[in-house]
Amino acid sequence: MKLVMALIKPFKLDEVRDALTPLGVQGLTVTEVKGFGRQKGQTEIYRGAEYQVSFLPKLKVEVVVPDELTDAVVEAIAKAARTDKIGDGKVFVLDVERALRIRTGETDAAAL
Amino acid sequence: MTRMLLAAMAGLAGVILAAPALADDGPKIDTGDTAWMLASTALVLLMTVPGLALFYAGMVRKKNVLATMMQSFSIAAVVSVVWTVIGYSLAFGDGNAYVGDLSRLFMAGFAGGWDKAFTLGSGASAVATTIPESVFFMFQMTFAIVTPALITGAFADRMKFSALLLFTVLWSILIYSPVAHWVWHPNGWIFALGALDFAGGTVVHINAGVAGLVCALVLGKRVGFGHDNMAPFNLGLAVIGAGLLWVGWFGFNAGSALGAGARAGMALLVTQVAAAAATIAWLLAEWATKGRPSVLGAISGAVAGLVAITPASGFVLPMHALIIGVVAGLAGFWGATALKHMCGYDDSLDAFGVHGICGIVGSLLTGVFAYGALSATPATPAGYAGSFDQFLLQLYATVAVFVFSAIGTFILLQVTNVIVGLRVTEEEEREGLDVTQHGERLA
Repeated sequence: MKLVMALIKPFKLDEVRDALTPLGVQGLTVTEVKGFGRQKGQTEIYRGAEYQVSFLPKLKVEVVVPDELTDAVVEAIAKAARTDKIGDGKVFVLDVERALRIRTGETDAAAL
Repeated sequence: MTRMLLAAMAGLAGVILAAPALADDGPKIDTGDTAWMLASTALVLLMTVPGLALFYAGMVRKKNVLATMMQSFSIAAVVSVVWTVIGYSLAFGDGNAYVGDLSRLFMAGFAGGWDKAFTLGSGASAVATTIPESVFFMFQMTFAIVTPALITGAFADRMKFSALLLFTVLWSILIYSPVAHWVWHPNGWIFALGALDFAGGTVVHINAGVAGLVCALVLGKRVGFGHDNMAPFNLGLAVIGAGLLWVGWFGFNAGSALGAGARAGMALLVTQVAAAAATIAWLLAEWATKGRPSVLGAISGAVAGLVAITPASGFVLPMHALIIGVVAGLAGFWGATALKHMCGYDDSLDAFGVHGICGIVGSLLTGVFAYGALSATPATPAGYAGSFDQFLLQLYATVAVFVFSAIGTFILLQVTNVIVGLRVTEEEEREGLDVTQHGERLA
């Protein structure tokens, strides 16, 4: 199993979700985060004092998928979240050791 | 039996009807005036709690929001007590030209009676009102409350709570009351000079603004100033606060007419015009120089106009208010941005930049634009009119309050420093006042 972690622009969430559903992905977790990469942030001005705001709001989307689905999921997320502008985000893939569905006790692939 | 009863009733009626009129009490309490003054008092208190509390708290960082609100709230409580015990007496007791007296210590004894119309001062220069002294006392208390609360903007994010309380007590008694006496009591030397201040351009705004500047200089800049991101926590709160200030100012200025009538109406009108003009002026200045009109700029502009019209509100006409508003908007914009950067002091929320500068602008322009008819009385049918001489009087009063407030505030800060210290430690400042001074978090 793999944990696919994607950092995307917030307004792209619905598109990403819509791209994952047909692949059989049954759930995902979304967190509001702040971050920056090459997208620098902007200057905000308050009463004449300028502030460089480096951290921009992003969403972290996490989904755990069976190994064989990983590539399709990564590609689907990337395609849905892309705007071709700096700040689109990144996708990471991590290994997952175990999984458990709390209600039924099913494990690993059955838990996804 | 019946005859005796009738006789008794006749006798009683005779006694009641013949009850001698007490010695002539002078002006009677006017319920209309009193009702308006009661409402004004509420409006002005609303300017501090929660108006100023929200206005300032919205502009500081999250870790200091509660502490900033606490400053306004606790000042309301502290000054209420101080005012009752001694502040009012020192401001509005007859006393001499420089300070009142102790005739109203603890508010024991109301002049002529608690249920009589109040007369300020005595003799030829006395000012008769048609409201009870309790209402006059309370209305003035709300001014005494908001003035030190304004100063808190200068030292936001870094003053010890204990120091704030002690400093407020001392400042209210030793700076606010005397200046109020100078300007608003008939015996006061500035009043006697003929300088004009309808609702507190000098007593409140220049006084607090200059005190703020001194505080900012004495306490020093915030840790990380010019480097860290000190963006406002929630400008929405600040906008709400500004709204409360704007509307509350109707009580501040129109209530200073001490009655419900044409003078109050005109004061209300010019207050609105000046606030609106200043808002637009600040926005345009910002748009032109920074590229975008900001919400913070709009609310700051409104306050700038309100500050400037304060001393002028009972003396000028709407078209003058327009001019005063525009000048104030531009002056406030300059004071809160260019002046601050030029001089390098950290007047965090622009106590001097807006209240000090625009208070000065308003006080001086009052001397230029005063329209005699508005302040005409049977004793002075020409009223006070704008002129070069009047302008000089305004300048004199402005400088006097400026100097007194600056020196006095400096001394009181030193005294406070010796007793409890002034500034929190660097670690406390980094952690935030909410947690370190009050043990609380916003959320």
